[in-house]
Amino acid sequence: MSQPTTDTDTDIDTATRTAVAAPAVDHRPPGLARQVQMMVWRNLKHTRRQPEMLTDVTIQPVMFVVLFAFVFGGSIQTDSSSYREWLLPGIMAQTMAFASFIVANGLNMDLEKGIIDRFRSLPISRGSVLIGRSVYGIIHSSIGIFVMSITGLVIGWRIRNGFVDGVLAFLLLLLFGFAMIWVGILVGSAMRSPEAVNGLMFTTIFPVTFLANTFAPTEAMAPVLRTIAEWNPISSLVQAMRELWGNVPPAPADAALPLQHPVVTSIAWSVLITAVIAPLAVRAYVRRTTD
Amino acid sequence: MTITTDARAVRERFTGPAIEAEHLVKRFGDMTAVDDVSFSVPQGTVLGLLGPNGAGKTTTVRMMTTLTVPTSGTARVAGHDAVRDPEAVRRSMGLTGQAATVDEMLTGRENLRLIGSLYGLPRAEVRRLSSELLERFSLAESGDKVAKEYSGGMRRRLDLAVSLIAAPPVLFLDEPTTGLDPRSRVELWEVLSGLVRDGTTLLLTTQYLEEADQLADRIVVIDHGRVIAEGTALELKDQSGQAAIVLTVSHADQLEEARALLASHVSEVHVDESARQLTAPADGLSDMTRVAAVFDRSEIVLDDLGLKRPSLDDVFLSLTGHRAEQDAGGQTEAPAEQTTHQGESR
Repeated sequence: MSQPTTDTDTDIDTATRTAVAAPAVDHRPPGLARQVQMMVWRNLKHTRRQPEMLTDVTIQPVMFVVLFAFVFGGSIQTDSSSYREWLLPGIMAQTMAFASFIVANGLNMDLEKGIIDRFRSLPISRGSVLIGRSVYGIIHSSIGIFVMSITGLVIGWRIRNGFVDGVLAFLLLLLFGFAMIWVGILVGSAMRSPEAVNGLMFTTIFPVTFLANTFAPTEAMAPVLRTIAEWNPISSLVQAMRELWGNVPPAPADAALPLQHPVVTSIAWSVLITAVIAPLAVRAYVRRTTD
Repeated sequence: MTITTDARAVRERFTGPAIEAEHLVKRFGDMTAVDDVSFSVPQGTVLGLLGPNGAGKTTTVRMMTTLTVPTSGTARVAGHDAVRDPEAVRRSMGLTGQAATVDEMLTGRENLRLIGSLYGLPRAEVRRLSSELLERFSLAESGDKVAKEYSGGMRRRLDLAVSLIAAPPVLFLDEPTTGLDPRSRVELWEVLSGLVRDGTTLLLTTQYLEEADQLADRIVVIDHGRVIAEGTALELKDQSGQAAIVLTVSHADQLEEARALLASHVSEVHVDESARQLTAPADGLSDMTRVAAVFDRSEIVLDDLGLKRPSLDDVFLSLTGHRAEQDAGGQTEAPAEQTTHQGESR
């Protein structure tokens, strides 16, 4: 390379002055919506290249339905006329709880690979990575909800209380998914490897989805367990969906307070989880990406 | 965006250094990774940041490119302060990090599209630029293959292409050729030289003295977070150790005669009989021309006569007491550079 003090000095000077004076990045930076759209596009491409990424919202919940509806179902007594109809909202809530899994895994893998550094070196909003992940998480889980609805219709689950209540139940489910995404961002940012993410999520979220009214009624549980299960955010969500869809009569009078007012409690839980976890999640992410 | 008008006004008038580091310090806990590093890179030139693994090169680049906030000191790119106006810095520069930062599950073309769109380039332009860049980096045929299937060299080239899609006037390259085979390395050098010809300002870090020698106008040698030398490759070579005249005699029986002749003009002569070679310290080219003239007038037949300057390797050795490419020795203070990227180096 030539030394800067040759007679080509003037040429170089003119060339570079134009270069620095007129950067090609002279367009308006894209809005947040466009940034998020590109992040989601990227994740959807990943899913298309690796369809097996979808097993957690297709084969896995269907397998749970089959296992519980046909293997354990016969021996579980519920207040619904049909265990299958009773079971389905539970599995939907579980599927949505696992949205945190998806977000945590994806975010952690990105952090591991250094592509986050690439994004951070771009003139884009810092939030777009997280929002993109979250939107994708919701899309991913919604595929699961769709698959579950179809499976449910096949095995005898129905929406019996009309359109508005039916939609409200789905909205509660989405709201819960939104709260769980923050859990995913927190875990994905805090853990040092995808294996650690899997280990932690499997030993926490997984049992939490069982210690509830998802697969078996809480009434039959030991008193302490029953109280815990009935205060579990998943229980109020599941009870709300069951009532809104007309799958069960209202909860018995001796059930804990949340189950007496499941819709309100479910909203409150989602808001509370978001309010507590979101700041922690953002802090963990910022800490992970600055040093 | 609020920055646009201001930043553009500044940028249009801006003729100062493209990159400036002033007393940069970065501490991680008790460990000082970068310790008072200053340098300045004029527009359109190449600065090589040379040092062994763990010397603080990556941390310095991360501070310059807004990825890490300095503990103290100032980093400026195209006149913008990396701490006060990171957005403007990000709009003026491209970064190719040490760990290849392409999306492995996307094709080469999709990677370009992703980053191009995030820069806000119109879709048609992204498409045109992507094809152009793939062509230029010999990736046209693999443009629609998933990056996971790329070789190391291809991935590096894609990484660089992605950094270039918005044609940033300033480019940071952190060990751009680490892990590449010699052929890919030379290819990448050619691409980089082309960019500089077109007016791009380059800061590249490297452990390879040869690379700094080839590409950089100026070299900053850094070790244990401190700048230990600075200058052109030539200056650095002059600074450490002397040049030598090396002379090879054609006929062994003329060796003694040649030694006597040479000894009458220089202070000291070293004889290597088996190679029929004489070596004498020289101050520079003038000594060498003088010696050439003397032998030209004599009857002695020479195979070769040349001036041997110390290599940058010798320079590094004399500056630091250890070789640049020998990583393991100076590794003990390295970890901080690695904390944020797992798997960044071998």
